[in-house]
Amino acid sequence: MDLVSLFIRSAFVENMIFAFFFGMCSYLAVSKTVKTAVGLGAAVIFVLTVTVPVNWLLDTYVLQEGALSWLGSEYADVDLSFLSFIMFIAVIASIVQLVEMIVEKFSPALYGALGIFLPLIAVNCAILGGALFMQQKQFFSIGESFTYGFGSGIGWFIAVVAIAAIREKIRYSHIPPPVRGVGMAFILTGLMGLAFLGFLGF
Amino acid sequence: MSEVAEKEPLFSKKNKQLISDPLNENNPVTIQVLGICSALAVTVQLKNAFVMSLSVMAVLIAGNLLVSLLRNLIPGRIRIIVQLVVVASLVIIVDQVLKAFVYDVSKQLSVFVGLIITNCIIMGRLEAFALGNKPWPSILDGVGNGLGYGLVLVIVAFFKELFGSGKLMGIEIFGSMADGTGLYQFGYENNGLMLLPPSSLVIVGIYIWIQKTRSPQLIEH
Repeated sequence: MDLVSLFIRSAFVENMIFAFFFGMCSYLAVSKTVKTAVGLGAAVIFVLTVTVPVNWLLDTYVLQEGALSWLGSEYADVDLSFLSFIMFIAVIASIVQLVEMIVEKFSPALYGALGIFLPLIAVNCAILGGALFMQQKQFFSIGESFTYGFGSGIGWFIAVVAIAAIREKIRYSHIPPPVRGVGMAFILTGLMGLAFLGFLGF
Repeated sequence: MSEVAEKEPLFSKKNKQLISDPLNENNPVTIQVLGICSALAVTVQLKNAFVMSLSVMAVLIAGNLLVSLLRNLIPGRIRIIVQLVVVASLVIIVDQVLKAFVYDVSKQLSVFVGLIITNCIIMGRLEAFALGNKPWPSILDGVGNGLGYGLVLVIVAFFKELFGSGKLMGIEIFGSMADGTGLYQFGYENNGLMLLPPSSLVIVGIYIWIQKTRSPQLIEH
C-alpha cells in the first residue's frame, strides 16, 4: 500500500476519534482548554508512533502463528497470538513510563500541565486500539506500521485540538444548563464526526 | 485482635447503595464519562451491546475481587502495572470464551473485546474502589458499575437498532422492508444515519440532557 494514502487514511478517513471513538475518555477530560489538549495530543502522537512499530515487531517475530520459525524448524507451528493483549499492553505501559520520565526531566512545565493524564495514556484506548488494528490489518513492513501509528496520532491530535477550541468558544454561549459541559461535548463530537464522514465518501 | 468489628449484614443500606448509585447519580458513562469508546462503538445491534456489557461486567467483578484480595500485597509504586496484568489476563479469558461460544458476535466486536483492557471504567474502579475496600463491597461495586454501563449501552443500542435497521435483537419490528409490509407500505424508511458512529454520540448527549434535567443537582457549572 502506498504510504501517503495510508497516512491520509489513518489520519482522516479512519480517524481514531470520529470513526472508532478511541481515547474518548481522555479526549473529553483534557479538551477544556487548547493548551492541555495540544500537550496530550503531542504525547499521543509520540507514544503511538513508537508503540505501533514496536508492537508490529513483536507481533511479526514472536506472536503470530509460525512467527517463531527463525528460532528453528521445531518452533514453526507455535501460535502465541492469544498472548497478544497482554504483550501489547506491557509494551505500551513501559514505553509510557519512559515518556513520563523524559517529560518530567526535560519539561517540568508540560509535566505539570499534563498532570494525571500522562500515566493515563497507558490506558488510552487509542494506543492499544492502534496496536490491535495494526495486528488486524497485517502490514508487511515496519515502514507501514510506523506510518499508520504516526497518522493515527496526527488524527487524534487534530480531533482533540479542534474540540478544545470549540469548547473554549462555546463557554460564553447560552446553552441549556442540563446539557452544559459533557453533554454538549458529546453532541459537538457527533456533529464533527458527521463532517469527517465526508472523507468516507458519504 | 481483641475487639471484634461489628458484622455488617450482606445487603446493608450502604451495600445496596453501591449497586444503585452507578445506575443514575454516579453513572460511569454519563456522569463520570468513563469507558466511552466501547460504549459507542458496539451499539449498532442490541445483541452485541448485551454481550459487551456482560463481558465488561464479568471482567469488572472478577478484577475488583482479585485486586481487593491482593490490595495489601501490591506495592503502591507498581500498582498500575499489576492492575493492567490482572485485567489483561481476565480479558484474554473473556476473549477465548466469546470465540468459543458466540463466534459471530466475537467477530463483530473485533478489537473492542481487547479494548476492555483499556476501558477506563475498569481501571477507574480498581484504582478508586477495590484498592481500598474489602472483597464483598468490591464485588457489589463491580456489579453496580457493570449494570450502569450496560444500561447506557442497551439504551443507545435500542434506539440505534430500532431506527437504523427497524429491528430489535434481529427481529423485524416495523414489518419487512424487502416485502414492503408493515410500516414500510406507508412509505416509512430506515434512517441509515443511525447506524453510523456519530449518531450514538448524539443519543448519549440527549440521554445526559434528560438525566440532568430530572436530577438538577448533577448540572455542571
